[in-house]
Amino acid sequence: MPEVPQSVALELYRKMTEIRLFEKRAYDLFMQNLVKGTTHLGTGQEAIAAGVSQAMNDDDYTFTTYRGHNHVLARGTPMTPVMAELLGRENGLMHGKGGSMHLLDTSRGILGAYAIIGAQLVIANGSAFSARYRGTRQVTVTFLGDGATNIGAFHEALNFAAVYKLPVIFICENNKYMEYTPIGAVTAVPRPAADRAASYGLEPVVVDGNDVEAVYHTAAAAIGKARDGGGPSLIEALTYRHGGHSRADPGKYRPAEEVKEWLAKDPIPAYRAVLLSRGVDEAVLDGIDKSAREAVDKATEEAKAGPEPRIELAETNVWADGGHAWRN
Amino acid sequence: MPRMGETVDSGTVNEWFKQVGDQVAEGEPLLEIGTDKVDTEVPAPASGTLAEIRVQEGETVPVATVLAVIKLQNGGVVSVITYREAAARGIAQEMRRDPDVIFLGEDIAAAGGVFKATVGLLEEFGPRRVIDTPISEQAILGAATGAAMTGLRPIAEIMFSDFFAVCWDLVANEMAKIRYMSDGQLTLPLVIRCANGAGVRFGAQHSQSVENWAMAVPGLKVVAPSNPRDVIGLLAAAVRDPDPVIFFEHKALYATKGEVPDSGEVTGELGRASVLRSGGDATILALAAMVPRAQAAAQRLSADHGIEATVIDVRSLVPLDTRTILGSVAETGRLFTVEENPRLCGWGAEIVSIVAEEAFGALSGPAIRITTPHIPLPAADRLEDHLLPSVDRITETVRKALD
Repeated sequence: MPEVPQSVALELYRKMTEIRLFEKRAYDLFMQNLVKGTTHLGTGQEAIAAGVSQAMNDDDYTFTTYRGHNHVLARGTPMTPVMAELLGRENGLMHGKGGSMHLLDTSRGILGAYAIIGAQLVIANGSAFSARYRGTRQVTVTFLGDGATNIGAFHEALNFAAVYKLPVIFICENNKYMEYTPIGAVTAVPRPAADRAASYGLEPVVVDGNDVEAVYHTAAAAIGKARDGGGPSLIEALTYRHGGHSRADPGKYRPAEEVKEWLAKDPIPAYRAVLLSRGVDEAVLDGIDKSAREAVDKATEEAKAGPEPRIELAETNVWADGGHAWRN
Repeated sequence: MPRMGETVDSGTVNEWFKQVGDQVAEGEPLLEIGTDKVDTEVPAPASGTLAEIRVQEGETVPVATVLAVIKLQNGGVVSVITYREAAARGIAQEMRRDPDVIFLGEDIAAAGGVFKATVGLLEEFGPRRVIDTPISEQAILGAATGAAMTGLRPIAEIMFSDFFAVCWDLVANEMAKIRYMSDGQLTLPLVIRCANGAGVRFGAQHSQSVENWAMAVPGLKVVAPSNPRDVIGLLAAAVRDPDPVIFFEHKALYATKGEVPDSGEVTGELGRASVLRSGGDATILALAAMVPRAQAAAQRLSADHGIEATVIDVRSLVPLDTRTILGSVAETGRLFTVEENPRLCGWGAEIVSIVAEEAFGALSGPAIRITTPHIPLPAADRLEDHLLPSVDRITETVRKALD
């Protein structure tokens, strides 16, 4: 595959770095009980979020999962409202009403993070249908985990998308574990997404999900095809979750050798090495790292400084009229 | 063209007993229809002047075709159409009005719907807007949800309301909550139509009344029309509403008929109950297929026992017209609900609780719920009829309570 232009390369590096540092901070804040409920981090999987979003147009649609901080940040949503949402503050993306698992930012085409496995896949078909109906050439991208390939909605969504040749891309982040259980132990085929593609008349596409440029090129090809009326694609991106499934799960069910092997394939140092080998000045990369650290610090401070939501927000926006009345 | 038997899809007009311009009285023989099984006289559904005969003698037409137009004595031109025709007409009215309205579901396009309630829509609006889907209820509702959040106003059909059980995530977790979770970033103007209810001997998995499933989820509006006029009017209101509406058609009512204005838009309003009969002795609330039973019971109570009941078609469970209900209870002092759903947590339970809290002083006796017992529905005619609230049971329950 061709090298990407240096401006794009630096953007990919910046996105991955920012996401990594943001999620590390989210983890720390969770351990301090400032982030409540639960969080699902994508640490180690940043190359997929960065590579895919880089291949999208600004008005394309993204659907993601409860492990979706990364996909939202990658589309350009500022860190502060995301962090504030995690902290349950009024300056949060949804004013504290969504939380970590339900990030949504229509201003960047992010039509939601869905916490019931598989729901986003069938809903993504709807925005794809709508875009084609309205003739806008927008493409919809939806992420899923490997575990989602065993739920009914996945199969309904793939068949539906293929039957109507919808402009939608399904990107399976195969991090080898459905939650705590290895995906291979509960799946009838070795490649949970790619080996199902033929059932829906689609090509099996597998990409190294820790190679950000490979992800970018693969996504760009699928998105271009969809935009030109070529129908849906299903991409399986192989990656690894550095942490556990959620919250403070240490992920001890994973063999130490396996963890070690994948930590060595961490996409961010790997890409840094690639960029250095292409002659990018190390000071440029250090500058990106420094800016990212500062951005995360700033977002943390702004989120912490945000007020708790006004109590009346608990009772607004059930209905489109802004209220929640169910009787006269 | 009425459905002359469960397996009969068409009928032939053998003879018109009246001519255009004749006065006809409700119930008087109007024409004879023949099928391959039987020849039957069909009575006039309303009194008035026979304004138009649309199907001539010897012609064979599908079930639900308009055969004639009767001009009512009060002057307005109305057609008498079936509940199933009303569904198709309501959808067509909204699709003509708004190009962003699309319609998708299983067997709804080429086949015209398994209940023939969507006949003609594919022909008028084409496959771009009227879409036959696979048997994939999650995919259907997912597509409707995603389309609604990006500018369209989808109508999705779930063939039998019982099938909500296989796609309830989309209904209860997704479309109902997305607006709230996003604090208003997204709006979901969509309608899910379904065939609800018993009375056609389909057994426990195709006969349930599940309005209360939807009613229990914040973020869903819930309506259930009892007659063709309301099918069109409430469907129009549902399509134009900016929030998700679950639209419960009653499968036992599809063949029933009612008067509908022949021209112009028919519209309605969510959250408005309909007072069908006024009487000072009791308030009887009913929904969907229980409405005609409640009306028949009220007539019998009046004729046989001198009891005058108010009958209210609740129509809209969310939003709920508590003003009309509480106002009537204040006048009558007695409340009865007629619910097709199994006993526990039916819609009437919520209304009785509201009345107990807010109109306790007006009650002169206990509020009484007349429901299907808390039992799945059996298939055999005799068994199903035994469990559903009947005109006899409603009449007797009210009579005894007022003794």
